[in-house]
Amino acid sequence: MTQKYLLSIYQPDGEVPPPEILDPIMANLETLNEEMRAKGAWVFAVGLHPPSTATVLRAKDDDVLMTDGPFTEGKEHIGGFTIIQAADLDEALEWGRKLATVLNPLSVEVRPIAFA
Amino acid sequence: MIEEIYRAEYGRAVSVLTRVLGDLDLAEEAVQDAFTTAAEQWPVKGVPPAPAGWIITTARNRAIDRLRRETKGHEKHAQAALLQHEPEEEVGDVPDDRLRLIFTCCHPSLALQAQVALTLKLLGGLTTAEIARAFLVPEPTMAQRIVRAKGKIRAARIPYRVPRDADLPERLKAVLAVVYLIFNEGYLDKQELAGEAIRLGRVLAQLMPDEPEVWGLLALMLLVASRRDARVVDGSLVPLAEQDRSRWDANLIAEGQDIVRRCLRWNRPGPYQLQAAINAVHSDPPTDWHQVVALYDQLLAITPSPVVALHRAVAVAEVDGPAVALREVEALDLDRYHLFHAVRADLLQRLGEDPTAAWEAALERAEHPAERDLLRKRLGLAADEQDRADDGDQPDDDPQPRGNATGV
Repeated sequence: MTQKYLLSIYQPDGEVPPPEILDPIMANLETLNEEMRAKGAWVFAVGLHPPSTATVLRAKDDDVLMTDGPFTEGKEHIGGFTIIQAADLDEALEWGRKLATVLNPLSVEVRPIAFA
Repeated sequence: MIEEIYRAEYGRAVSVLTRVLGDLDLAEEAVQDAFTTAAEQWPVKGVPPAPAGWIITTARNRAIDRLRRETKGHEKHAQAALLQHEPEEEVGDVPDDRLRLIFTCCHPSLALQAQVALTLKLLGGLTTAEIARAFLVPEPTMAQRIVRAKGKIRAARIPYRVPRDADLPERLKAVLAVVYLIFNEGYLDKQELAGEAIRLGRVLAQLMPDEPEVWGLLALMLLVASRRDARVVDGSLVPLAEQDRSRWDANLIAEGQDIVRRCLRWNRPGPYQLQAAINAVHSDPPTDWHQVVALYDQLLAITPSPVVALHRAVAVAEVDGPAVALREVEALDLDRYHLFHAVRADLLQRLGEDPTAAWEAALERAEHPAERDLLRKRLGLAADEQDRADDGDQPDDDPQPRGNATGV
C-alpha cells in the first residue's frame, strides 16, 4: 500500500531567472522526473504561471466574489508541484530532498494527500 | 510495585503493541487498560511471575476484544482477525520494538518540542499533565502538541522502524539530542525528568551497545548527575571548586568513569564522549587542567562553537593564567549568553580589575533562579572584595549542561 504526497515548490515572486540559469535547472528537473517514473513514484507534475496571473473566487450568499491575484499575500508562492507515491514519509522525503537539491534555493513542502 | 513496573515497562509495552496494532493511540489505550486491570487484580491475586509479559499479553487481548466489539464493517473485522496472528518477527539488526518507537518519536520531520513530548509520553509513560508541568506549558497546549504530532505520524506515515545504516548516524544524533535535552531540562530542579533521561540513556545503551556516542551520553549524564546534590545547595548553584565532595555520588561517578574508559579504548570520539571525559576528569580531583584543555581542543575540533570555546577558556585560565584566558573569551561573540559575562567577570576579578559590570551583565541574562542566585552572591562578593583581587575565586565552572557544548 502506498501513500500519495504533494511536493509543493515555493518560489519568490519576481523576475524569472534568465535561460542560462533556468535551462540547466529544467534539464535536471526532467532527469529527476524520469528517475521518479522509472521507480514508479511519479504520479503527476506541473509548473505554474506566476501568481500575478491568478484569480481567486469565493462564494458569498448567492454570489461568487472574484479578486485579482493569488489568495495569500506574501513574497513566495507555489510555483509548481509534483505528486508522488511512496511507501512512507522517509521515502517521500528522499524524493523531496532530491527535488529541493535540483531546485536549490527553492523550498519544497512535502504533505500527505488525504484522498484523491 | 505496579508503579515501578509501570515506569520500567510502559515504553516496551507500548512499542510492542504499536507494532502489533499499527497505531500509537490504540497501543497506548490497550496498555493503559492492561495496567488498570493489573491495579484491580494484582492486589487480590498476587503479582504474576512475569509481570511485563502479563501486561503485554493482557493489552493485546484487550485490544483484540475492543476491536471485535467495535466491529461493524468487514474491514474492521478483518483487522481483528489479523491481529490474532502472531506478527512475524522481523529479523534485523535491532530486534527491540522500543528502538523503533524511539526513532519514530524523534523523527526529524517533527518539531523538537514534539519529539521531546512524544518520547516522554510513549516511552517514559509520563502523563500529559506531568509533561506540561515539567515544561511549564499549560496542559491543553501540551495535549494539543501531542495529538498534533501523533496525527502527523499517522497521516504522513512516519515509519515505525529503525533507520537504515546510511541514515542511522544522523537519526541517532537527533535521538541523543532529545534525551540530553530532557536531562538538561530536569537536571537542576526536576529530578524525575533527569532520572527519566538517564533511564532512556540506559535503554539506548542496552539496545545499541556498539554506538560509542550512546555510551558517551549515558556517561555524561551519570557524571553530571553525580554532582547534583553538591551542585545545588539551598536552591543556589555551587561552583565546582567549592562543592562538598562528600555529597558527590560515588556509585554514579564509578559507573560513569568506567564507561568513559571503555569509550577511550574504542577510540571513536564524539561530542558526548568528550564531554563525558571532561566530566570524568573533574570527578577525579584535583582536576588535571592540562587534560581538560586537551579534551576541549578535541571537542572544539569536532563541534566548533563559541560556547565550547568559552568552556575551554575556563580551563585555559587554570593552565596559562587569567590574562590569556580573558583574551580568548573577549574574542567570542556570545554577548547574549550569561555565562560569557560570568566567566569574563571572574577573569577580570582575578586580574585585579573591576568585575562589577560583567557580573551585572551576567545577572541580566541569566534565567534559572539557582544561577541568578549564584550571580547575585558573586555580585555581593565582587563589590565587597574589589581590593582583594587574587583570592582564587572561581566562576561557575562546573561543566554542567545548560547550553554546553553539544554543538547545537
